[in-house]
Amino acid sequence: MGILEVKNVGKRFGGLQALSDVNLSVKENTVHAIIGPNGAGKSTLLNCLVGKLIPDTGSVMFDGQSVLGRAPYEINQMGISRVFQTPEIFGDLTVMENMMIPCFAKRDGAFMLNAMPMVTNQKEVLERAEHMLEEMNMAEKRHMQSASLSRGDKRRLEIGMCLSQEPRLLLLDEPTAGMARADTNNTIDLLKEIAAERDITIAIIEHDMHVVFSLANRITVLAQGTPLVEDDPENIRGNPKVREAYLGETA
Amino acid sequence: MFGLDKRDTGVLIIVTLLALFAPIILNPFPTDSAMAQFNAGYPDLMQKFVIFGIFAIGFNILFGLTGYLSFGHAAFLGIGSYSCVWMFKLLGYNVIPGIVLSILISGLFALLIGFVSLRRSGIYFSILTLAFAQMCFALAYSVLSNPRFNLTNGETGLQVYANDPQWFHRDGLPDLPHLFGLSMRATQKIQVGAWEFQLNAGYYMCAIVMLICFYLAIRIFRSPFGMMLRAVKSNQQRMNYTGLNSRPYTLAAFVISGMYAGLAGGLLSAVDPLAGAERMQWTASGEVVLMTILGGAGTLIGPVLGAGFIKYFENIFSKINDNVLHSWFAFLPDGLEDFMVFIIHPFIGKGWHLTLGILFMLVVIYLPGGLVEGGQRVLGWFRKRSAKPDAKAGKTEPAE
Ligand SMILES: Nc1ncnc2c1ncn2[C@@H]1O[C@H](COP(=O)(O)OP(=O)(O)O)[C@@H](O)[C@H]1O
Ligand SMILES: [Mg+2]
Repeated sequence: MGILEVKNVGKRFGGLQALSDVNLSVKENTVHAIIGPNGAGKSTLLNCLVGKLIPDTGSVMFDGQSVLGRAPYEINQMGISRVFQTPEIFGDLTVMENMMIPCFAKRDGAFMLNAMPMVTNQKEVLERAEHMLEEMNMAEKRHMQSASLSRGDKRRLEIGMCLSQEPRLLLLDEPTAGMARADTNNTIDLLKEIAAERDITIAIIEHDMHVVFSLANRITVLAQGTPLVEDDPENIRGNPKVREAYLGETA
Repeated sequence: MFGLDKRDTGVLIIVTLLALFAPIILNPFPTDSAMAQFNAGYPDLMQKFVIFGIFAIGFNILFGLTGYLSFGHAAFLGIGSYSCVWMFKLLGYNVIPGIVLSILISGLFALLIGFVSLRRSGIYFSILTLAFAQMCFALAYSVLSNPRFNLTNGETGLQVYANDPQWFHRDGLPDLPHLFGLSMRATQKIQVGAWEFQLNAGYYMCAIVMLICFYLAIRIFRSPFGMMLRAVKSNQQRMNYTGLNSRPYTLAAFVISGMYAGLAGGLLSAVDPLAGAERMQWTASGEVVLMTILGGAGTLIGPVLGAGFIKYFENIFSKINDNVLHSWFAFLPDGLEDFMVFIIHPFIGKGWHLTLGILFMLVVIYLPGGLVEGGQRVLGWFRKRSAKPDAKAGKTEPAE
């Protein structure tokens, strides 16, 4: 039994069958990559996992509990954090404040009317956020407005924000899309470090084969809304079906 | 001080001093001078400054922090006013029960209206709040004032009549709103040379309430709750995927700002025991939006400045008439005098809305941060000027 079990999931947009009969099992403490050509339904699948979309058929179980019908914040509180295709951070807030918000969410839950104590008196949250910033190598940028960070730093911050919640499953949607080579390599190193040092499962959607083969222990290939194969990276590389459906296109 | 950092304490002290000495600061011109009509230091207007200041401070907690633009906050102002007058009618003229009830009832209505309206965001939210406020207006204006069940007294407005119960009214207490016997109209006039200053009990009570409201608003702004509200404005998507439920946060902000509005309404009745439906009209809702944006949405002191600015215009500019203009330009040749009066005429008297509209447009276009941004720019400009000589001195040093 994997930590995430997707069974027979289907999703239709009008006349388009975006997902059909998707089965996926993500084992605990692995890095599981989901690859496939553009429009294969990768992002749609991810949206079904985090409560942004509700699948028409099938079930999604996380750690033995169904996530279907729950709001995104509830699913996050269950232990699933998500990194978006374009970094989603609190652009108007400082880097430090960005990091404090998930720490508050971890400590206080989905809602807490904490309207009279000052932020500056929340010692444990401040320490936790500070610690996480240091881990992300962003401590010296703590007073910057986060909208003014570089793309790579925004991504780093977003990943840090997700990690500060200590999720059991981290979902990443094309984390290196639109990044310069140097930023991409930094992100790969960061994710490798996270996978090695933390008790965490990572599911990553990626287009860039270099990123996929540097990180993944297990790969699922999605084509036209259904999984084509699921295998270890070495076997995927040699699989003729995959070459035809995906690698052949990009090569 | 009071758990605030240095800068916020400074702001609070400045606002406190301004509020305490307002009767003097706002009366800079001698009573008999031609400029005396620009004096704003009389009780009626000063009360409006601080009461609408409270209204705008509360509105800013919702709009400035979460970005949710309510077009119906006047409904809470009106509800507060009616609640307070009802307490006068039933219990007596002491203002305390009325003010407390106005906060509670408006909070209740805010909970209801917010719960429904906050299911949508952006323009849909604004329209929903507007619709609710217009419904409240219609209810107050006609529906709830029929002979069998007269809650609002319709067009005439709700007021206290001689045959009202007033259970706790005793002989010896003022026959007007009072605070444990101290009449809200009690005014101490101080004559200093050519100047006259009026220290009014109603004003000082409202000013103290305003200072408490201002202090609480600072605390909310600097609290984890305030940070969450700013997060709502910044990126609701990220918030939801960070395990936070934005709905109760926005609802709490809505209720708090509704209670501020209700309190302001209650105070309006406390200084003048009459509540009319026009207080709930959409123009009144729009006015608080203007105040907040004009002063600087999301800043602490901006809404107070905006409220003062608009109320000053409403009361002072609207009183200038053609006769006054003629007396100002009397030194010019007749033709030119008439010409100047002709040019300025549309902008004064009833035309003060035009002046205000133009000023509002200028501020929004050139100072998106409102009057507060204007103030910061002026300060920055002065700093730069005073810093320049130092820079020169720095340059000459290496040569020595
Ligand atoms: N909200 C939506 N409404 C309609 N069609 C959608 C929607 N989201 C995605 N699609 C369609 O579903 C298909 C799969 O999209 P997506 O999951 O984004 O692909 P991928 O992430 O693999 O590139 C595409 O053809 C896309 O146009
Ligand atoms: Mg995608």
